[in-house]
Amino acid sequence: MPGLFDIFFYLFAIAIVTSAVLVAFSRNIVHAAFSLLFTFFGIAGIYVILSADFIAIAQLLIYVGGILVLLVFGVMLTNRVSNIDIRAAVRSRIPALILCGALLFLIASLTISGHWIRYDQPPWNRSPWSHDAVQQVTSQVQGTPREILDKNGSEGTASEIGKLAMTDYVLPFELVSVVLLVALIGAATIARQDKSVSSTIPRKETA
Amino acid sequence: MIPVGLPHFLVLSAILLVLGIFTMLTRKNAIAVLMGIELILNAANINFVAFTRYGAINFGGQMAAMFVIVIAACEAAVALAIVLNLYRRSQTINVNEANKLHD
Repeated sequence: MPGLFDIFFYLFAIAIVTSAVLVAFSRNIVHAAFSLLFTFFGIAGIYVILSADFIAIAQLLIYVGGILVLLVFGVMLTNRVSNIDIRAAVRSRIPALILCGALLFLIASLTISGHWIRYDQPPWNRSPWSHDAVQQVTSQVQGTPREILDKNGSEGTASEIGKLAMTDYVLPFELVSVVLLVALIGAATIARQDKSVSSTIPRKETA
Repeated sequence: MIPVGLPHFLVLSAILLVLGIFTMLTRKNAIAVLMGIELILNAANINFVAFTRYGAINFGGQMAAMFVIVIAACEAAVALAIVLNLYRRSQTINVNEANKLHD
């Protein structure tokens, strides 16, 4: 008798695998971009059933809202839609298929035959931060709704991730913010119209 | 039927990884290669989050997943800028024909 968790896992897994197969095998690059949308949505659902709500929201905001839009922009800007240039050429499918099949077989057999130790509690019940917070709250106030939420562990993962980002992971956090700034400035610089190059391309007269 | 546990998520992410590698290997279109890279990064992210849920690392996996998402955003922005520049210079985004360092 499969529970709700199992049903949702298989639902999302089927959605992810079908749309990822479409991404890999679709001849039309626009179709591939739009099935990538469903892959990202399915992965957000997988994060939700893995009780990682903050990561799921970040996935929706950044992947679906940012990266996918960038990719679709790239497709639209670089394919001459008036020509039938939109079909993506493929190369050496058979060797790639053999290689990828072998890799999948290797990883899947290793994964299935491995002896995984199961930790059945969600991470906030064993996090030292949550434990400290519960201890503090119980020592001060008794029986507020907030305390009950803390005890039942249904507050979500955003507060834990925020605490970790400001304590244990503060160096990677700051580094990644600098990297993001540098990458965006670099992208804007690279993508800027260069005068000497753009003069070689026939452009529309502007009145 | 076995109840869904850690191996299910790992196999799902292995399938995504393999499909991403296949996309990267077989496509000539640079943007399709980028899509393959996104699939691979998402496969790694599923692993991180699944190990957070089922493993002994507390929230390290979710932190790593956050960093992967941010780096993926950087990578997509820079790669799209490069692809647009390539298209502007050589009128193609076929990765086989992008073999000139300068004009």
